[in-house]
Amino acid sequence: MTSKSNPAMMLCTPFHSRVAAACELNAWGTWKGYTTPRAYTDVELEYFAIRSTTGVFDLSPMNKYRVTGTDAEAYLNRMVTRDVSKIRLGRVGYTVWCNDAGQVMDDGTIFHLGENDYRVCAFARAIDWMHWSALGFDVEIVDESDEVAALAVQGPTSCAALLAMGLDGLEQLKPFGLMTFPFEGTTLTVSRTGFTGDLGYELWVSPDKAELLWDRLFAAGKPHIIKPFGSDALEMARIEAGFLQAGVDFVPAESAVRNGRSRSPFELGLAWLVDMDKPVFNGRKALLREQAEGSRYRFALLDVDGNKPAQHSFILREGKKVGTVTSAAWCPTAKTNVAFAQLEMPHGKVGEELVAEIYYQRELQWTRVLAPCRVIDAPVFNPARRRATPPGDF
Amino acid sequence: MNDHSFTGGQGVAAMACSAELRVAPGTGLRAERALKKYDAIVIGAGHNGLTNAAYLAKSGLRVAVLERNPYIGGATVSRELFPGWTYSNCSYVCSLLRPEIARDLELPRHGLQVVPYGGGVTFKRDGDYYGNYYDHNRQYREMARHSKRDANAYERYATDVMKQTRLIRPYLLRRPPDPTSLKWRDLRDLAGFARSFTEMGEEGLADTLKFWTKSVGDYLDEYFETDVIKAHLGGTGVIGTALGVYSPGTAYVLLHHYMGDVDGNVGSWGFARGGMGAVAGALAKSFQAFGGEIICDADVYQIMVRHGRVRGVALADGTEYHADIVVSNLDPKRTFLDVMDPADLPEDVVRKARNFKIRGSSGKLNIALDGLPTFNGLDQGSPLMLGDMHFTDSLQRLERAYDDWKEGTWSKDPYVDMLIPTQTDPTMAPPGKHMMTVFVQYAPPRINGKDWTDADKAGFEKSVIDQIAAHSPDFRSLILHCETRTPREIEAEVGLTEGNIFQGELTFDQLLFNRPFPGYAQYRGPVRGMYMCGSGTHPGGGVMAAPGANAAREILADLRRPDVVPGAYADD
Repeated sequence: MTSKSNPAMMLCTPFHSRVAAACELNAWGTWKGYTTPRAYTDVELEYFAIRSTTGVFDLSPMNKYRVTGTDAEAYLNRMVTRDVSKIRLGRVGYTVWCNDAGQVMDDGTIFHLGENDYRVCAFARAIDWMHWSALGFDVEIVDESDEVAALAVQGPTSCAALLAMGLDGLEQLKPFGLMTFPFEGTTLTVSRTGFTGDLGYELWVSPDKAELLWDRLFAAGKPHIIKPFGSDALEMARIEAGFLQAGVDFVPAESAVRNGRSRSPFELGLAWLVDMDKPVFNGRKALLREQAEGSRYRFALLDVDGNKPAQHSFILREGKKVGTVTSAAWCPTAKTNVAFAQLEMPHGKVGEELVAEIYYQRELQWTRVLAPCRVIDAPVFNPARRRATPPGDF
Repeated sequence: MNDHSFTGGQGVAAMACSAELRVAPGTGLRAERALKKYDAIVIGAGHNGLTNAAYLAKSGLRVAVLERNPYIGGATVSRELFPGWTYSNCSYVCSLLRPEIARDLELPRHGLQVVPYGGGVTFKRDGDYYGNYYDHNRQYREMARHSKRDANAYERYATDVMKQTRLIRPYLLRRPPDPTSLKWRDLRDLAGFARSFTEMGEEGLADTLKFWTKSVGDYLDEYFETDVIKAHLGGTGVIGTALGVYSPGTAYVLLHHYMGDVDGNVGSWGFARGGMGAVAGALAKSFQAFGGEIICDADVYQIMVRHGRVRGVALADGTEYHADIVVSNLDPKRTFLDVMDPADLPEDVVRKARNFKIRGSSGKLNIALDGLPTFNGLDQGSPLMLGDMHFTDSLQRLERAYDDWKEGTWSKDPYVDMLIPTQTDPTMAPPGKHMMTVFVQYAPPRINGKDWTDADKAGFEKSVIDQIAAHSPDFRSLILHCETRTPREIEAEVGLTEGNIFQGELTFDQLLFNRPFPGYAQYRGPVRGMYMCGSGTHPGGGVMAAPGANAAREILADLRRPDVVPGAYADD
């Protein structure tokens, strides 16, 4: 996974030869020092691959940390807000973890791969902090970010495409489940997870088998209309599905310079991830205090009138600013104009009517619109196929 | 709502005696037949009828939609005629459907997903092709391969077309202002229209008039020098229209195909996932969620009128449905010459309906394919194949195709608008198999003055298949099933007069305050309580749902009920 000659060059993922060949637009971005495509052919068509057929996303640069040892569960249980003992063997759990002040450091997933064997996937680099917080636990923590290549295979025909690739029995895999398959002398791990809110899977494989996996997948997926997608299409899908993006919708606590800019899980609408029945975990005391005294902010999903995305908008109530938008998009499948907002308490109760102050530019002229919006109770896209097992052919 | 006092028996007797009800041949009037009462009845479960009905029901009215066929959709229909394959039997692509309506009626929640497609290609007789890319710079490069000047001129052309779409788009979800009316609402709308018109400047104004009156051929000749580029762009100017590319008025038809959008990308087109029937299906579910009732196999024989106002409708089987509001989603000819009694109508309406231009000019082939065909000169699975494909490489050939129509026969070298949606939509054919939709221009409503025969239909089909096969060596061997629809089938199955897909031609004399005719362009019929909501009203044909929504707004205004129909998104 390293650049062969020049250490100054951005890195390429194990799929790069295939990604580059498919990236007609040469629209490259970077992710954690890797060269990754923003778009391959057309952002809208890539987005619709996720929503109508199968889209494939190279997520190899994701931070991956392997946690093993007799105290692995106890260690993770202290680290994250969820009860890790409830993530059974062969299952994956979405969670957040906080600092001692109860502020969210990151969100991610924990894969229960084996007895005393876990993988943590994280947006932010966390190896240093994970080692610090391991003091007193019998665990080994290894950064395996470069040792595992990964593809997200997402969309209504994704199960059919993977079955066609020979992953027998995959249709029985439930959401957040894990399966393994032999693959060219190595193991292919498949989790029913993703960041698109649709039916979808993530494939984890040794980097030296990455290109082979790509080729097999695209050959088998062809009749099921498979296409690669870049980060721009992913951004549309995750907003439509109501998924927070670390670094966009919240500042990872340990990287916040200014006091008060980080957020607690309650303030991000993630209370359901916090298990207060656990006697000890990072940030518990602070979160108990917040429960008693009240939060400063509330995360709100907004349905905004009109078709102008409320990007970076102020949210007003009776003309007074009560919050800001962190993510916003016109959602092409839900045909709704959605925004994620951080609102000052007590604003943001479901049904509350607010106004988004939207600025947009057309041919160098800026226009300001005050778009009515209301707080909605659930993401605008949440299809039944995302939960169905078996999921069906499309 | 008005309370009807007559009971079943009395009412029927009264209707039968008053000569307001024509008696269908072979249909006896029986006293015991069903009598049902609604606040409003919409005739025809096409997309505009369902949209209209949904808004009336949303406002709280008790509404029934009557549909002649055993299935809904009208020309927005998907049927499985060959096991495993779903066709979009009539309309086949989607761009004009108003996003304001889709969002407001929650069509995505009711199962509608519109998926854009890329690509597009016109094959040339010399083995080369002209391809279409969404990305502007790739588009430039492909055009420059044929002509650098054309590639550059396209930028000017695209800007000019966009100016015209900006002028017209805000008026899609509004009733057309009547210039002869002195009502404040019309005066206000007219003033607004005049303002956006004059804002375009002298040059823009001249361009607008050109666009609305010129031929698409003349218009394109002003920009481009390459035959295949002009042919690729010009085809949309005659789709569904009994005019040639050099007939005045066809430039507007091109604009009509540019003014839609998919998710704000003006001019781009998409597929309804699962076929165009998904549009009707989602509208029906939305309508039913508001408490509406759809009655299929209900062939309306007559709109009943008494003392100058509508009383309901009578079916061919004698069943009556009573309502004070009757909305016709049928085309103007069928509305005024078929389901209404001329005696109930002002003489000028009958005359205008007779003179209404609704000429059949197109046909359709829907083909089940055993695999993806290869086309000469293109890689198999080329992204250009995702979009509209054509084989007519010059405007001259397009004009010759029209000559055949004038001669009273189908085009021997037709213009086709051909797509393979199953490259984008996984739901319409088994994996690896494909469905092809081939829209064909021209096919006349009658062959040399006589009705279409099955032999004519076979000849029409052959001319299309031969043309495709000339560019695709494996096409013929991949055909598993073919549904061929000439104007005869379209009229018989959908009910569109002469099989005209737009419910009347989209020429300037039949647009805005002239659609369908002057004095009746604001959805109100000549009889109190009678309305029109089909594509024969403003803003015209295509799966737009705007006529249905606009008509609902007028009906609710007449009933002094709050407006529940959304306005257009602010222009950008």
